[in-house]
Amino acid sequence: MTGVERIELWIGALLTLMVYSFLYRDNPFYKFAEHFFVGITAAYAMVLAFWNTLMPNCFGQIAPSLVGHVLPTAAENPANPVRWIPLLFGLLLLARLVAPLAYLSRWAMALVIGYAAGANFTRYLQSDFMGQVRSSMVPLLVRDAGGIAYGSSLSNLVLVAGLISALAYFFFSKEHTGMFGRASRFGIWTLMVAFGAAFGYTVMARVSLLIGRFQHLGRWLGDIF
Amino acid sequence: MSLLDRMKRIDRRILFLLMAAGVAIPLLFRPTLTVHPSPIVSRVFDKIESLPEGSKILMSFDYGPSTVPENQPMAEAIARHVLRRRLKLYMVSAWTTGQAQADLLIESVMRTDFTDRVYGEDWVHLGYKAGNQGMINAIFGAMRNLYTTDAAGTNVDAIPMMRDVQSLRDMDLIVDIASGFPGVKEWIQFAGDPGNIPVAGGVTAVEALLLYPYYPRQLLGLMGGLQGAAEYEAALVAKYPEYRDDSKALQIMGPQYVAHLLIVVFILIGNATYFAERRRQKRGRIAGGRS
Repeated sequence: MTGVERIELWIGALLTLMVYSFLYRDNPFYKFAEHFFVGITAAYAMVLAFWNTLMPNCFGQIAPSLVGHVLPTAAENPANPVRWIPLLFGLLLLARLVAPLAYLSRWAMALVIGYAAGANFTRYLQSDFMGQVRSSMVPLLVRDAGGIAYGSSLSNLVLVAGLISALAYFFFSKEHTGMFGRASRFGIWTLMVAFGAAFGYTVMARVSLLIGRFQHLGRWLGDIF
Repeated sequence: MSLLDRMKRIDRRILFLLMAAGVAIPLLFRPTLTVHPSPIVSRVFDKIESLPEGSKILMSFDYGPSTVPENQPMAEAIARHVLRRRLKLYMVSAWTTGQAQADLLIESVMRTDFTDRVYGEDWVHLGYKAGNQGMINAIFGAMRNLYTTDAAGTNVDAIPMMRDVQSLRDMDLIVDIASGFPGVKEWIQFAGDPGNIPVAGGVTAVEALLLYPYYPRQLLGLMGGLQGAAEYEAALVAKYPEYRDDSKALQIMGPQYVAHLLIVVFILIGNATYFAERRRQKRGRIAGGRS
């Protein structure tokens, strides 16, 4: 193990112990680890966004010769003046910091929200609404070469019954009595099964992370002893 | 004090210690368990297995260090499979932390098991780009407008395997290893569905349940959590036994099973205590009514 790897191992192990110390009670070590993590993550994201996106896709295309000495590949391409537009809108966001010009940031926000709303609307409509409606329209009696495929038929029946009953539970314009009430009650059971599965998956995820940390601590202890 | 009262007053820190022991002890003894690939995982494996040599696979690293135990084994298994089959691997990231995870994968897979594969011809690391689903939308239309360089700053025009790539439509398969937003859902919405490109996912267990509705029509297949990763590794080892020792997820399924059993026992004890307490209260009310 190299010196750098050993330092990484120690930092990881000590921060893990600091975070897990919260299981006993809140303490300054936990607070330190929490703030340290937030600070590091924010700084890392900012630096990576600058060098991976802003430099090659914005500054490198606006003024290739200017940034050529730090990003040589940028100098190989001709200037692209269109990139001034996103840069200008990006700068407008910072106008919030100057009270008399704060209203200018709303133009940039309008662009961001408008783009996001427009792009998301069409994609959600196609993939989540139309796509899901289409996926829910399944035959209740599935046939294959050997006759009726009982497994697939049961699977489709559960899907359709679960979908309709769960929708019935969330339909509040009609009193939940009689046949509709029974469907709604089945809908609650369907939802409970889904929540149970979600809980099970969450437990699996958390245990996996715990195992990962224990493996790290194990390597650390192995290095000490 | 009765057993019921003791169970009600049990300190939660004792449960934490039991859970720690439930994970640490199996980690020491390393019990081996047999894992069989489920159909939803097998579909991803079979797809990669069926692609002709030279096919293009885009792999997105949309996770960070916090979910490495779940995501990294599945990413490594996919990368090994892709390179073993001599497919071309394009690595991108919509998460800032994803780029570093791809770097770790390069060290553990490319620089260890596939030293004969050439950077720029067999695999390329294009790195992180900001924009979340906007990034996916942008490279769906024109990949080279956004990815002008790879992660190391090399011009994409100088990278041989980038010469015939104009947009995501040139990809034969997208595999997203993810743990949140943007993730598999966004790759389906902004690339898979509009471009009719097969999308497969490898996600944390928390995410998996939210993606089942997309399977099998919009989502080719899914590796959900550590179990999904272990299933993929099992399929890989069955076909290519030389990767048995690299199967990280399979190696830690033992502690995972023991921890799950422990949680089931906790839930059973908690419920038994609840019902016993309820029965005691009911008896107390009846006795109070009689007096």
